[in-house]
Amino acid sequence: MIRVVLPAHLRGLAHVSGEVELDLKGPATQRSVVDALEASFPMLRGTIRDHVTQQRRPFLRFFACEEDLSHESPDTLLPEAVVSGKEPLLIVGAIAGG
Amino acid sequence: MSGVRVLVGTHKGAFILTSDGKRARWDVSGPHFAGWEMYHLKGSPADPNRLYASQCSGWFGQIIQRSDDGGKTWTQPGTPPSERTTPEGAPKAESNKFVYDTSSETGKPLTTHQFYDGTQHPWEFKRVWHLEPSLSDPDTVYAGVEDAALFRSKDGGKSWQELSGLRGHGTGPKWQPGAGGMCLHTIVLDPSNPKRMFVAISAAGTFRSDDAGETWRPINRGLKSQYIPDPEAEVGHCVHRIAMHRSRPGVLFMQKHWDVMRSDNAGDLWQEISGNLPTDFGFVVDVHAHEPDTVYVVPIKSDGEHFPPDGKLRVYRSRSGGNEWEALTKGLPQRDCYVNVLRDAMAVDSLDKCGIYFGTTGGQVYCSADAGDNWAPIVRDLPAVLSVEVQTLP
Repeated sequence: MIRVVLPAHLRGLAHVSGEVELDLKGPATQRSVVDALEASFPMLRGTIRDHVTQQRRPFLRFFACEEDLSHESPDTLLPEAVVSGKEPLLIVGAIAGG
Repeated sequence: MSGVRVLVGTHKGAFILTSDGKRARWDVSGPHFAGWEMYHLKGSPADPNRLYASQCSGWFGQIIQRSDDGGKTWTQPGTPPSERTTPEGAPKAESNKFVYDTSSETGKPLTTHQFYDGTQHPWEFKRVWHLEPSLSDPDTVYAGVEDAALFRSKDGGKSWQELSGLRGHGTGPKWQPGAGGMCLHTIVLDPSNPKRMFVAISAAGTFRSDDAGETWRPINRGLKSQYIPDPEAEVGHCVHRIAMHRSRPGVLFMQKHWDVMRSDNAGDLWQEISGNLPTDFGFVVDVHAHEPDTVYVVPIKSDGEHFPPDGKLRVYRSRSGGNEWEALTKGLPQRDCYVNVLRDAMAVDSLDKCGIYFGTTGGQVYCSADAGDNWAPIVRDLPAVLSVEVQTLP
């Protein structure tokens, strides 16, 4: 079970209040987590990744375990602590989003 | 007794203001979608409870919202559980997917326009500026977007297809962004001819289709703009807004970057009607609901100083179709006022005594229930107002 923390704007859009929990079938990567997130919450499609390019939106970042994972390959395995559910994957709006 | 519903888009959410026909006491609902930029909300003329809203963010992109109960509840088309999957099981939720047409079958739309520095630049979708519901079908709605293009949905906003004949007709490489970006901000549908529609783009100009949006041609003859190399060029003009009275769809009024203009032949030729305005820069223009020659503008000092001249917020009204204008000031601040009124932020209702509405970047929404003679703020302290639309309810 993967835990994901969404920024407030996207929590409102998805009608969730706390963390989102996702069960993945395959390897846990940024891509597979966002795929699972969008499957559970279709209203988030296009808000984290561009619809066409599938690139992370430039003003969004991925953090976990006190590390910035934003510039990792979307197919890199997430840290074990995220895979085990001990730590959440944080999807964070750039600080310019105040 | 009939009433009105005013739909207000702001930089940080949407608000719905309702009143009875007297328009003296108001209920304020909102913020809806708090924290999001709400560029535009508009109701379907065919079903007043059907509203569409453009919700966007520089961080999270574009969202389309729809209400089927007059704004009490909202959904993103395609995302409710009953709509989430296609028969093949694939997720839908394509309501916020605006993809430019690059197919060879539909006219080979152009892929570059002029950038600020004069070089060619690819089209990049940024946001929906304006939503224009069909006059007859609640499920059909048009979207004017930045970078400038026109999209249409025929399924209540679930999916969008570009009407690529506009970008593809040939002048695209000469279009360029204005200060607000290169946006298609105005869509006017001809109530007497379902195949005729008009759009306006900053900074490209005005365009007309006579075949329901398939093909387009520029209609900018008579415009003069000193900020482009050829002031009378076919395209490149920064048109801020156009307006039409439904009883006389061949007559168009325009607030250009500078100059207030009028066409009596559906845009084939324009003539200036700025007359005695204190400045002819501005953004909004609208027409009285029952008097097709009564026109309203809000003069703004200049392109460099986006506030009213002399710190006085004045609506100007012409009862003669232009050239002769009177200042309407009663109830509006006449000192120390430095707000702007953006291009989509004026609307009129169709009650017997026509109501005029506009919103400001200072967060005020003003109403006149007597065609502009007297004004009062409905609200004073909203976030900066991006758009104002009004529905006249039975």
